[in-house]
Amino acid sequence: MYAVFRKELSDHLSSKRFIILFMLVFLSAMFAIYIAIQTIRSVVSPTTEAIFIRLFTTSGDNLPSFLFFLSLFIPIVGIALGFDAINNERNSGNLSRLMSQPIYRDSVINGKFLAGLAVLAIMIVGVVLIVGGLGLRIVGVPPNGEEIVRLMAFVFVSLVYGAFWMALAVLFSVFFKRTATSMLASLAVWIFFFFFLAVIAGGVADAIVPVDSNSSVAALANNATLETSLSRLSPCTLYGETTIALLTPEVGSTNATMLLISTYSGRLGNPLPLESSLLLVWPQIVSIIALCAVCFGISYIRFMREEIRSI
Amino acid sequence: MAQAVVETKDLTKVYGENFTAVNKLNLRIEEGEVFGFLGANGAGKTTTLLMLLGLTEPTSGEVSVWGLDPTRHPVDVKRIVGYLPERVGFYEDMSAAQNLAYTADLNGIRASVAAPKIKGLLETVGLGHVIDQPVSTYSRGMKQRLGLADIWLKEPKLAFLDEPTTGIDPNGIDDVLALISSMAKKGITIIFCSHVLPQVQRICSRVGILSKGVLVADGPIGSLGRDSERYRMEAEVDNATTAVVDAVKAIAGVEDVELMDRTLIVTASSDLRGQVSRAIIDSGALLLGMRIEEFNLERIYKRFSKEAQ
Repeated sequence: MYAVFRKELSDHLSSKRFIILFMLVFLSAMFAIYIAIQTIRSVVSPTTEAIFIRLFTTSGDNLPSFLFFLSLFIPIVGIALGFDAINNERNSGNLSRLMSQPIYRDSVINGKFLAGLAVLAIMIVGVVLIVGGLGLRIVGVPPNGEEIVRLMAFVFVSLVYGAFWMALAVLFSVFFKRTATSMLASLAVWIFFFFFLAVIAGGVADAIVPVDSNSSVAALANNATLETSLSRLSPCTLYGETTIALLTPEVGSTNATMLLISTYSGRLGNPLPLESSLLLVWPQIVSIIALCAVCFGISYIRFMREEIRSI
Repeated sequence: MAQAVVETKDLTKVYGENFTAVNKLNLRIEEGEVFGFLGANGAGKTTTLLMLLGLTEPTSGEVSVWGLDPTRHPVDVKRIVGYLPERVGFYEDMSAAQNLAYTADLNGIRASVAAPKIKGLLETVGLGHVIDQPVSTYSRGMKQRLGLADIWLKEPKLAFLDEPTTGIDPNGIDDVLALISSMAKKGITIIFCSHVLPQVQRICSRVGILSKGVLVADGPIGSLGRDSERYRMEAEVDNATTAVVDAVKAIAGVEDVELMDRTLIVTASSDLRGQVSRAIIDSGALLLGMRIEEFNLERIYKRFSKEAQ
């Protein structure tokens, strides 16, 4: 398996695809840190805690934060690393040659997946370190231990999230013969979850619990809870909630009603300790891991059972 | 008797509900043989190879490769078997040397051992001058030769070559066949799948003919012909009349006479060219030319394919 892993990793790292993706992510990180540094003074007060990790979540006027960029690019990177994993081997006539080597069949898919994971890790850790390092240099506030742990948790969740998209793309690459089809299918799923599900969730919630300006708080809360529950079907939402809670200690709840109340009351709560933040998003983290495992599991089984046909 | 390296017993593969790709195949291949596995496209040759490699599970029957069951011990079998698939592919953006280095890595050959070996092998297969060019610049024939180097690298005891000459020009075919012969001389047992008969005739010591999943013939090329010996003579005749046909038919030993335009086709149990020519001339026609069809694999193949249908 390590032979496959080594080869795939060196393939990825030397491929034009990787260089393009890395440039894209790197530029967005630069852009985001620039915005954050421009605006961070306006969002912190002398009493603000956890200034360092604010670098990752601070956005400018109408300009997105680093977190937003990352949540946009991780799925793209994951899909780009996985969409042609198996069908490209098949189309190029390499698969049967590879299979006739003295390796177990699962070594191929495991090695490829691990290599993708390694690339994702390199990319995410690299970008977070670049942003953190620049932030440290420019803002000059060092992170404390808790912030570092929060960042590490954030990197871990991002990695799993990227792994989910990669597993999904690998799944399509096992099922579809053509690489273009598997890429489009993966992108379609991503676009659906990223853009449309939120709109659909809103629409469905409004249809079931109609609200207007005269509605009671209870109705508004019901509406918001329903909408959140529906949009949590999307891994994008799960990732968004997790990372916001991890990087913004003030977020006290991912519950829509509680958020609604805190927004109404005009203030966020006191910063939560690390354990509480983790507890808060534990279900989301587990869900992302489970989704990733399910996707990988299906493609693994399908790949193992597939017969190599002669025609 | 030499050791059997491949042995199958009633090997059967059924795809889906009722498509039988291989039907009760009994095959025995001995060490050092170059076995020609013949059959039209879709006759079940590749399926048989895939079962021998353990890549496809047989529906029923037994397979043994070097005493191992490929379904149970696929990795052990693949360690001693080199498989060159039909239309073999390589990583196009990697060079020949890099592609082979990957194969060496997959076979657990250390890079320091593999590097000089790869260089030597690529020289042997005539790719020494393009060793560091990406495979995407290679012709079909070069890729096939690279494929041979690829299986040679792991020093297999057995090589399965699936249509290794498809899609390459005549010179390329000569090169590939010469390489296969030299592999055989190094003591590698070879199963050579093809539907191109003259090539099989050139390098194989024994052939098996597969038609619709059934092994219809099996034996040395010579013995396959002997039991079916029919001499077929063609005579070009001017002014051929039915009298000529009758005169030829009257010769003892002639089994069938057919007149097509100016060509008289005579089937007989022995070489009767002398008698036939005299009969033609005696009956008043002009004999322009005559030839006897030499025994060849093509005929055996056609005959067995027809019989199977």
